[in-house]
Amino acid sequence: MNRETTIWTLLFIVGGLSLAYHVQSSERGVGQQFVIPVEIAGRVDAATGVIVPLGAGESTEGEGVIKGVRYDKAGRETSQAVYSLSRTIGVWVAAILTLCVFSYLYRDNPFYKLVESIIVGVSAGYWIVQYGWTVLVSKVLVKLSPDLARYAFLPETPVDAKPEYLYLIPVILGCLIFCRLIPKAAWLGRWPLAFIVGTTAGLKLILFLNADFVRQIRSTILPLVVLSTNASGGSDFDWKQSIQNLVIVVSVLSSLTYFYFSVEHKGWVGRISRVGIWVLMISFGASFALTVMGRITLLTMRLQFLFDDWLGLVRM
Amino acid sequence: MSKTVPVIIASLVGFLMIFAFFSPQLLWLRQTAEDWFAIITTIAMIYGGLTLCFHHLKKISDSEAGWGFSAVTLLAFGVTVIVGMLKIGVVPETARNLNHPWSGPFLQEGGAFWWIYQYLFSPVVSTMFALLAFYVASAAFRAFRAKNVEAILLLVTALIVLLGQTKDREITTLFLPAMTDGSTSYLPIADLTEFIRKTIVTSGQRAIMIGVALGVVATSLRILLGLDRSYLGGDE
Repeated sequence: MNRETTIWTLLFIVGGLSLAYHVQSSERGVGQQFVIPVEIAGRVDAATGVIVPLGAGESTEGEGVIKGVRYDKAGRETSQAVYSLSRTIGVWVAAILTLCVFSYLYRDNPFYKLVESIIVGVSAGYWIVQYGWTVLVSKVLVKLSPDLARYAFLPETPVDAKPEYLYLIPVILGCLIFCRLIPKAAWLGRWPLAFIVGTTAGLKLILFLNADFVRQIRSTILPLVVLSTNASGGSDFDWKQSIQNLVIVVSVLSSLTYFYFSVEHKGWVGRISRVGIWVLMISFGASFALTVMGRITLLTMRLQFLFDDWLGLVRM
Repeated sequence: MSKTVPVIIASLVGFLMIFAFFSPQLLWLRQTAEDWFAIITTIAMIYGGLTLCFHHLKKISDSEAGWGFSAVTLLAFGVTVIVGMLKIGVVPETARNLNHPWSGPFLQEGGAFWWIYQYLFSPVVSTMFALLAFYVASAAFRAFRAKNVEAILLLVTALIVLLGQTKDREITTLFLPAMTDGSTSYLPIADLTEFIRKTIVTSGQRAIMIGVALGVVATSLRILLGLDRSYLGGDE
């Protein structure tokens, strides 16, 4: 065992022992989570077969009563709060995974790789489930078979909803993408791709032209002399707003000049484009600072999770 | 045939989207196309999931280096999809829906899928982003040098905005004493930050946004007119 391995092994042992001692001695518990059970009960109406919510003070026992229990998050001190093993395990898992990710600061290691592999699988699965429920069930199933959707997943689907078989077209078109797995029919896989690219191009063209081009130009057309109404009803020169507007107009025009490559950047054009570079540099500097602050905020939140939610060493 | 039909589909749908924007009568067509887009994208995502599985299964079957991590990825993917699609641990939200066990939202608090999101997905993703704080700072320390006017402007602005974002009054006033009446400070860095953000940052980003918009419009038109067919890939 070399010196580095010895030091790390010792550190892990000391850390593990400290954690074990803290788990034993902590009054607040380490990562303990509590929930409050919320009972949902209803009675089946014998005539219609529909479940109606129980009235106030009505007993939850007896024939025809159906019950379900939901668990909401609660504080330790909340009355009727019960210990939740699954959520406590969750906090421990989250804390260990967080430490595994932080271990990358030392160097690439198997713990980080393990978390990386988990997150690749989980994130791919997460988006498939998300779109599966919000698109395949809420859009496709509701349109193609509203009765099945109402019976199985979405009871709020209108009773008079009729199947819209037009929605079979995108399903068939979408399924053509699987043709990419068959070499001889792979060309058919381009059709759904073409639909996606065409729709995106059409939508983005209008969206960017409207929001990022026309609207941005419109926002730059500002009055350079701003007058504000004073208390006596007269007009005062609002120098603060006027300077602000002037800076905006000059900055946008100079930055655009820098991006205009059809003319050589010499003479006046060169000088204006140099001002444009300064504006862009200031903008990048501010964006850099805001990004750093955002990341530091995230880091603070993770440390808060470790030291407050998990170890309970600090009280936030 | 293999490339003509896709180009026709892309042009037809794309121009339809554009015309529908200007004609309220065609709005339903636009909404339908957006629905179709979502459906096809979802099926494409399933195809992506399948490809992910094939890729990692191949790594496992070939016993490539790090195949164990591939197995972990596959396991995580499979468990997430099964748990999420079966809505394990989800209960109906209202008494009226008690005989519809699958009627609750898939991300309901307390459900197994929510557990995966809350204790696996969310903490790991935010920690990975938090790690960037160290790398951005270290990269900045190594790369940023006040060699010319542009670099100085970038550095000074970054410093001002960093200080201005700090809520601590002593830091934002560079430890200068307050006014005699105790109200405002001598160096209002927070105000200066606000001015920079409202004027110069907005202007710089506006110029970039205008440039990007023109680029997107040009690229979209090239696709819709069939001049750019790179998205179709090579011959198969």
